[in-house]
Amino acid sequence: MPLFDSLYNLAHWLTQSREDAEDLVQETFAKALKGFGSFQPGTNFRAWIFRILRNTFLTSRTGLAATATKLPLNEEEDESVLTPSPTTPESLLLERLEADALHHAIAGLPVPYREVLLLADMEEMSYQEIADTIGIPIGTVMSRLSRARRAVRETLQGSTRKQGASR
Amino acid sequence: MTCERWETKIDAYVDGELAGEEERNFREHLASCAACSQATLGRMDLKRAVKSAGKRYQPSVEFRARMARRIAAPRPRAAAAWWRPVVVGLAVLLLAFTGHVFYVHNAQRQQVIREIADLHVTNLAGASPVDVVSSDQHTVKPWFQGKLPFTFDLPDLNGTQFELIGGRMVFVEQEPAALLVFGIRKHKVSVILSLDRDGLERLGSTETSVNSFHLESWSQRGLRYTVISDAESQDVHTLAELFRSTPRQ
Repeated sequence: MPLFDSLYNLAHWLTQSREDAEDLVQETFAKALKGFGSFQPGTNFRAWIFRILRNTFLTSRTGLAATATKLPLNEEEDESVLTPSPTTPESLLLERLEADALHHAIAGLPVPYREVLLLADMEEMSYQEIADTIGIPIGTVMSRLSRARRAVRETLQGSTRKQGASR
Repeated sequence: MTCERWETKIDAYVDGELAGEEERNFREHLASCAACSQATLGRMDLKRAVKSAGKRYQPSVEFRARMARRIAAPRPRAAAAWWRPVVVGLAVLLLAFTGHVFYVHNAQRQQVIREIADLHVTNLAGASPVDVVSSDQHTVKPWFQGKLPFTFDLPDLNGTQFELIGGRMVFVEQEPAALLVFGIRKHKVSVILSLDRDGLERLGSTETSVNSFHLESWSQRGLRYTVISDAESQDVHTLAELFRSTPRQ
């Protein structure tokens, strides 16, 4: 059941706890079984079941607490996303960093950015699939993704500088 | 610094969301702009790293078993017919899963192939494709000692057109791997060796083409061998055969 593994993995990333992730997956499957009639054959099954998972998460205690983080109100209109970031090339950064730094950078993202980044890079969903799963316009998917990656790059750069300074 | 006009296209390109003229224009720009191509390569690396780091959590054996029991064997109560629609729903869901499993398995296999192709391209495009530069297998092989959880042997290239250029350590599907670079005529060939586990196992025995690259992958005595290059498919096969016929000590 590869989808089971994918759902569990995302659940753990969202809840940041094994116990909560197990509860979330269990509830997702229960809802999927109960609401299977609402699934339209021929549409994207993966987007459908991931949507159940993240909606269940958002209404859970952990989800409500995690999404209390404020995001820019007009995400698409925020110009900062269009500004090229002054960067060390990521390839050089990644060579110097351990996987843990990347894990912390992803885990530190606000949930709306974290979920988009993971759906795009880990699940390799298309922008349309992500838009369907989360229920947001494609433009918002793109701006969230861009911000998420920028934040990860900046966190990695910070941790590279710290490593450099401690040497 | 990347060009302002193209900055917003980089993510879309890396995510495979540019098509047609837009993609052609972006590629043309990359060919003439070092900053944007460096940024694009960096984003590809980052995407691969996030994918790898993202597959971090696995359900426990107990939880998997508990869920399997729950889905596969709901216990009906006697003299009650309420469970019938539930069983039908479960059966339909299981059927959907079966179809989906096949689809996902194939999609995941393609993802691993794409990941290896990206690794081959980004590695060769980088400033230093190898960390140990030597045509001497007795220099390259010991360099990996202590860096990898396995050992391997390199084929004798005497009498062939292949030359060993060097190697470096990489990660594929979160597995530490040896990436060896060989030259044949004007082409470079990457050979990636790792333990045959997890996502890599999905490759099975494969001979395929992805974009303009030929790829051959197989498992032998617990190791996963993958050979990839833009050279002729015959060259890829010949190098693969040389590795196949080199017994692992």
